Amino acid sequence: MQETLSLAVKAMFVENMALAYFLGMCSFLAVSKKVDTAIGLGAAVIFVLGVTCPLNNLMYNYILREGALSWTGVESLATMDLSFLNFLALIGTIAASVQIVEMTLDKYAPALYSALGIFLPLIAVNCAILGASLFMVERDYSFSESAVFGLGSGVGWALAVIALAAIREKMRYSNVPGPLRGLGITFIVTGLMAIGFMAFAGISL
Amino acid sequence: MASKQKEALIDPLFNDNPISLQVLGICSALAVTTKLETSVVMSAAVIAVLTLSNLAISLMRNLIPASIRIIVQLTVIASLVIITDQVLKAFMYEISKQLSVFVGLIITNCIIMGRAEAYAMQNGPGMSIIDGLGNGLGYSIVLLFVGFFRELFGSGKIYGVTVLGDWYQPNGLMVLAPGAFFLIGIFIWMNRVWKPDQIEAE
Repeated sequence: MQETLSLAVKAMFVENMALAYFLGMCSFLAVSKKVDTAIGLGAAVIFVLGVTCPLNNLMYNYILREGALSWTGVESLATMDLSFLNFLALIGTIAASVQIVEMTLDKYAPALYSALGIFLPLIAVNCAILGASLFMVERDYSFSESAVFGLGSGVGWALAVIALAAIREKMRYSNVPGPLRGLGITFIVTGLMAIGFMAFAGISL
Repeated sequence: MASKQKEALIDPLFNDNPISLQVLGICSALAVTTKLETSVVMSAAVIAVLTLSNLAISLMRNLIPASIRIIVQLTVIASLVIITDQVLKAFMYEISKQLSVFVGLIITNCIIMGRAEAYAMQNGPGMSIIDGLGNGLGYSIVLLFVGFFRELFGSGKIYGVTVLGDWYQPNGLMVLAPGAFFLIGIFIWMNRVWKPDQIEAE
């Protein structure tokens, strides 16, 4: 239990997807103009990460990794190493899950669906999603660990994007030098937020 | 070289830079730039994948049904990235270890999807190659700028060679995440002081 909690805290704060690994930056910067859209996208990312990470874990452990196909009992498959197909297989799962989320939202939450607009399909190419799956493969997480890691990273990313959106809404009233306006100052603010999140680095449960 | 081709090649460098103006592909730009060496390898990988994917998608542009184009593009890009990854593992194992997941993340690098969708789907193969090359170079300029300064101030070295001697106290902040954010912010600032038409409206 303690290990699970520690992994979740690590994924959420210490190794925050957006602020420590720079993952999902494109949508992070593009959607953080308003808090409402940031909350919507954050929720979608939490959901997609929470689903795809464990799914990809199953696929990796039972199909792709070396010797993973031994459960089939076919001898020639038992030593097969399909791990070079990792990228294709992982992105396939992700694209499919995003499609499902999109259809569900379209049917049950049309307001949120139109608010997210183009960014929903773009979750498929959000590096945070693929990044989490690749980290899961690299660090060899078990099924339950990968579920916790996926959800934790999603929550961390959502927190960061909502916080940035809140800051940017306030910043509209400040007088930023012309060339720095918009993207430039957003980067500086994100840098300061990253320093803030570094304060979590010492936490270990 | 005709002016149109020249424009497609030169424009993405500073006038329409993929990172500082189009806001594409920032994820990997920040993560791999702690050292100049990794930045160079990453730039080369992205230029290769971007040029080839633009070529492949441009050749197929009339065959791809609009409704499944995202999947087709992703498959083309993923296959190219797999090849790049295998090449890096075979010939530059140390660096591929350092780049870790970020080679795989070229797949989700928005520059590649963005150019495929915005340019290669509408233009012929020749122009698409040039566009891919130009945007790859524009991406590389930012990467090399950030990598150069992070390595110089973060560890007093350039390309692994110590240039700032013992007197220099390395600034640890530069190799950590915030340093990268600040440097890209500064790059955008300088770029827009130079090209004032890129300044965003209030």
